[in-house]
Amino acid sequence: MAWRDIIYEYDGSFDGFLCCVYESYTQKEHPTAIHCDGDDCLFESRVVTTDPAHAQRVYRSFFRFSPNVGPFLRRVFLTCLDEKEMAMYRFIVKLYREGAPLLAMLSDDTYHPLLKAVRNLSGEAEALRGFIRFSDLGGMLGAEIEPNNRVLPMLRSHFCNRYHNESFFIYDRTHREALLYANGVSRIVPLDRFEMAQPDKTEADYRRLWRRFYDTVAIKERENHKLRMTNMPKRYWNTMTEFQCEDFFNPCSKDSNEAAPALSVPDGRSVPEKQTGFSPSAPE
Amino acid sequence: MDLLEKLTILTDAAKYDAACTSSGVRRGYQDGKIGSTSDMGCCHSFSADGRCITLLKVLLSNDCCYNCKYCVNRCTNDTPRASFTPEELAELTIGFFRRNYIEGLFLSSAVLHSPDYSVELMIRALSILRNEYRFNGYIHAKAIPGTSPELIERLGLLADRLSVNIELPSEAGLKALAPNKTKQGILRPMTQIRDRNIENRRELVQYRHAPKFAPAGQSTQLIIGATPDNDLHILNLTQSLYDRYRLKRVFYSAYVPVVENTLLPSLDTKPPLLREHRLYQADWLLRFYGFRAHELLDESAPDFDPLLDPKCCWAMRHPEFFPVEVNHADYEALLRVPGIGVVSARRILVARRAGSLRTEDLKKLGVVMKRAQYFLTCSGRLATPLRLSQSGILSSLMAVERNALPAPQLEQLSLFDQVG
Repeated sequence: MAWRDIIYEYDGSFDGFLCCVYESYTQKEHPTAIHCDGDDCLFESRVVTTDPAHAQRVYRSFFRFSPNVGPFLRRVFLTCLDEKEMAMYRFIVKLYREGAPLLAMLSDDTYHPLLKAVRNLSGEAEALRGFIRFSDLGGMLGAEIEPNNRVLPMLRSHFCNRYHNESFFIYDRTHREALLYANGVSRIVPLDRFEMAQPDKTEADYRRLWRRFYDTVAIKERENHKLRMTNMPKRYWNTMTEFQCEDFFNPCSKDSNEAAPALSVPDGRSVPEKQTGFSPSAPE
Repeated sequence: MDLLEKLTILTDAAKYDAACTSSGVRRGYQDGKIGSTSDMGCCHSFSADGRCITLLKVLLSNDCCYNCKYCVNRCTNDTPRASFTPEELAELTIGFFRRNYIEGLFLSSAVLHSPDYSVELMIRALSILRNEYRFNGYIHAKAIPGTSPELIERLGLLADRLSVNIELPSEAGLKALAPNKTKQGILRPMTQIRDRNIENRRELVQYRHAPKFAPAGQSTQLIIGATPDNDLHILNLTQSLYDRYRLKRVFYSAYVPVVENTLLPSLDTKPPLLREHRLYQADWLLRFYGFRAHELLDESAPDFDPLLDPKCCWAMRHPEFFPVEVNHADYEALLRVPGIGVVSARRILVARRAGSLRTEDLKKLGVVMKRAQYFLTCSGRLATPLRLSQSGILSSLMAVERNALPAPQLEQLSLFDQVG
């Protein structure tokens, strides 16, 4: 093929990525890498500027094959797949070449990794739908999460439904962005630093009640830590009320030392006495 | 008594109930109301025993006047007693729900004075929750056997799912261990809920805004291991409950000895967790895989094999059914292959439209090849490189299963035990 090899740099948005696809076809180039963080490298690279019209054109081209391709790629773009841009690019090239039948080849080498990544994303979003813990901060609900994938867009509709008449936010520590919702309007905004406020008396009481409920509802004779960890991997424990240390359950008025904000204490509270199955330092 | 203490006592009393699901009803947001429900339910946590926590599972009161011998709350047991007031419970539920701790409430109660009296208290708590707090989330309510039909009707209009627990899977067991309950007393509300559900579906077709009666159906629970009933009996009962009473779920609860009684297993008995697990596996085979109870067990083998799952057992007994050709077999046949589940069978149907499948593809489609390889052909070629005998397959399947089983308990041998 007479196409040139090149490295693309784009702005990190989905539209930006689609423009890379556009660029590659109009310029007859083969990107060997597509990335958004501007590291210096030895090879020739070019910054692709985002043009919504070009992005639209590429996006619309997917409808030829199936109306699901566009939304599917959008979801792939949210995953933590390694070099997802190139994986998606290769899939798109193959799709243009082979057409709709590719979409039935679930075990295809370019398609299958994307399917797997989306499955991982949906799994994480579904888990977090349950595992997110909100705190009542003077009428507003707030929560923090540490997901691997960018799950906020996937959680949006669920929580907007659930808390339709409330206002809430969810802060994603890994990707430094927040989902805000108030008065029926939701937005996802980048947010560099965030620290959760200390709980007031009622909030601390509810946390205590919940932890007590959690500890009581387990049946001692059936104890099975392995099963629990299969169902609820330890990486979620960090942000869950039931595994926090004692500080987390104290209302703010008592202590004045600001040095230890309760929510950022990383070690999960493990169940007292029985620590046989796992070490407390496991969360990554 | 403060709320924390009450919650502890009443959770402790309710924890042996296995049901904790919030599935089966989808309700979006409504203006002025709190919450929504989703079709597939949502697990909010997993307790130290690995079971999911979806609902706030508590009793309204544990002050029981019955004396069921297997139960912690029986009136002759010396245990602390407590009752929530309906207002307390409603506020607690809302507080937990807003913090995303739970998906809703699972309310049950001990028999306080009489079934009717306790159900009336439950109705009060639920109507405060639904009407004053405008709670739109999931509610699972337990109908106590022997409740009058009018109260069941009112309960069903407030709750999403109702359940009547059978607990002991045979009438003999019921007579011996739960003298205050009768088979009729249990089956009558179940029949009522079923009929009312069917009627409600008709009403909803005619009037879109007709009040919904238990839209997520009903479920029940069977205790495993408290009575000498075998697996065949339990599975047949399960099947007839699904067929005749249109239950959404039957839950099994391995009996945990909590009280000393000559009629019950002794206190040091381990709960039969593996048996419970096998029953759940069989339950799934009945509900999603098109199996019937008589295929899985019969009089000659009335209990499940602890070493091998029910589907593999069936496959080993029916060599004439195999091998199944992946590229031609229909969905029902694919589902019968050990190692292929509902999801992977569907993926096979999609993927084989684009070309014939090879053995390497199957793994990517989610087929568990370490089980399925002995039972499949791809375009006429066996999936396993070795041609094993029946017993060879059996031992390799058991080897696969062994890792998942709990380590065998070491025990003191006795000279007087029968060998084997």
